[in-house]
Amino acid sequence: MKIGVALRSAIEALLANPLRSFLTMLGIMIGVASVMAMMAISEGAARQVDAQISALGANNLNIRPGASRRGGRSGGAASDQPFVDATVEALRDEPYVQAVTARINGTGNVVASELNWSTSVQGVNADYFITQDWRADEGRVLDTADINGSEAFAVIGQTIADNLFEGSSAIGQRIRVNNVPLSVIGVLQSKGQSNFGNDRDDVVIIPIGTARNRVLGGHPTTPNYVAAIEVGVTPGYDMELAQEELETRMRTLRRIRAGADDDFRVFNIADFIRARSSTQSTFGVLLAFTAAVSLIVGGVGVMNIMLVSVTERTREIGLRMAIGARQVDILGQFLIEALGLCLIGGVIGSVLGIGAAELASTLGDFPVEISPTIALISIGASVLVGLFFGFFPARRAAQLNPIEALRYD
Amino acid sequence: MPQQSDPQSHALIACENVTKTYIMGTQEVHALRGVSVEFQRGEMTAIMGPSGSGKSTLMNLIGALDVPSSGVLKIENRDLSSLSSDDLAGLRNAKIGFVFQQFNLLARASALTNVKLPLRYSRVPTEDIEARAAHCLELVGLADRMDHRPMQLSGGQQQRVAIARALAGSPSIILADEPTGALDTKTSEEIMALLTDLNAEGITVILVTHEQDVADYAARQLLFRDGEIESDLRGTS
Repeated sequence: MKIGVALRSAIEALLANPLRSFLTMLGIMIGVASVMAMMAISEGAARQVDAQISALGANNLNIRPGASRRGGRSGGAASDQPFVDATVEALRDEPYVQAVTARINGTGNVVASELNWSTSVQGVNADYFITQDWRADEGRVLDTADINGSEAFAVIGQTIADNLFEGSSAIGQRIRVNNVPLSVIGVLQSKGQSNFGNDRDDVVIIPIGTARNRVLGGHPTTPNYVAAIEVGVTPGYDMELAQEELETRMRTLRRIRAGADDDFRVFNIADFIRARSSTQSTFGVLLAFTAAVSLIVGGVGVMNIMLVSVTERTREIGLRMAIGARQVDILGQFLIEALGLCLIGGVIGSVLGIGAAELASTLGDFPVEISPTIALISIGASVLVGLFFGFFPARRAAQLNPIEALRYD
Repeated sequence: MPQQSDPQSHALIACENVTKTYIMGTQEVHALRGVSVEFQRGEMTAIMGPSGSGKSTLMNLIGALDVPSSGVLKIENRDLSSLSSDDLAGLRNAKIGFVFQQFNLLARASALTNVKLPLRYSRVPTEDIEARAAHCLELVGLADRMDHRPMQLSGGQQQRVAIARALAGSPSIILADEPTGALDTKTSEEIMALLTDLNAEGITVILVTHEQDVADYAARQLLFRDGEIESDLRGTS
């Protein structure tokens, strides 16, 4: 087949009927634009989920006490016997544990000179900054010595720094948290909004001992109590295996008899977020499917107009055959015509799709992700539609009998 | 009486006992009932006969647009029944130029583009196509009309473009099916003069017509009736 000949014939044919070519392309344009927009939107949503997972620590397992049950009455979440510092230390040498930190959470009123700010207070170990992959933007984070000494140090999030120190450096400044004087040794890098919509930078992080003994107050019955444990799993270690081993280890530590229920829960933050966003991605798949259907409808339009074109040009096909066009030449000519319609429609549709995605993003305030891959997939899909729906009319043209075609009126 | 044909013959086109049968619904139509005829290189032949006599069927077979139901049809000693449809297309492209009653030009394309069409399907190098097509239009006297579209040309000029297109591939045979059927008498004479000139330069011309004065341009006249050759007259015109 001579590509040049087929290409030229196809372009001539498309230009011969510009309005018809445009209307046929319109179907493909709308199809490709919607495929493109849907992919950009669901890709954006997926990226957002990934970002949330990595912000919370993709390799993290969290352990919380279970709900206590006495005489059939549930004590509510995390009401079981709390963990203690020894539980945390016992986990530290497990092969799957890269970092492990205790956590207790509370709220506090932070005062710096005349300004005050109500915020969340976290008592942690030094490993917290490893599991959260959270570094100081200014100053330093808490180290093991600070933790062991229960120093009166605080590391603050960006929001606190912005609101209480308004541009001047917070490092070395004195703040009072729930009336306990602490000195600021570091300001953390910004983490932005969490998956749950709260500001992760609105936080004061202090040594767990300081939190327990002075700022937040301890547990009525357990002196070294720990509200939750966060484990950073060794990179490369299978998360499910680590979770199983961690559960087994915890049962031993908590002296749970065989057959008895766990009095703690281990959860995988990443799984949790994925599960939470699975409705979103189901919706995305549904939208993409609808978009694909509109592309197929566009393809049917192409097939329809190509069949009309073949019928209209029966004599031309007969003539081309008489003067030496082989079947494959005719097939190629009409296939390229259909492909041309779809490819041009696909390119214009992609541009429209990017516009539609950007518009949706601005109006609907959700992230979109437009990558060259998405554009290639969209245009590739339109080419496949062209090949698929163009083949039947093109084959019909190629199989015409030249004598009958020449006689056709 | 079927004519005897010489197996060693170097006839350009040789038909031996060629039949063509069409099935129309449940009925068999015998369009050709055993035709044996040869056409020599450089001959000009007019085929005449009433409609349905088989003359168009023979033209389609000689034009390699169709294959016989039985018998042997050779062009330059190549048996057409052994050729694939692609080979037949190649043979049409290289050896045969068609001229039709309705010209069959591409309405959207210029005269030059129309003449280039067969060359695009040939092995002629792309860079030579333009010059060859232009030369063919000069041969038919349309050097100054190359950029005109068929609509902008008279019927006679359109048929000249069609003849130029037939010449483009340097064919050994020109098959003209009622070439003057759509033209007035004066233009018909011009077209026949052109075909006669081409024949004088060595191209074999076979034309179908039912006008005696058109047939009279040809030195040989074949008369068909009911799928057979009724007479084969050679004269000096």
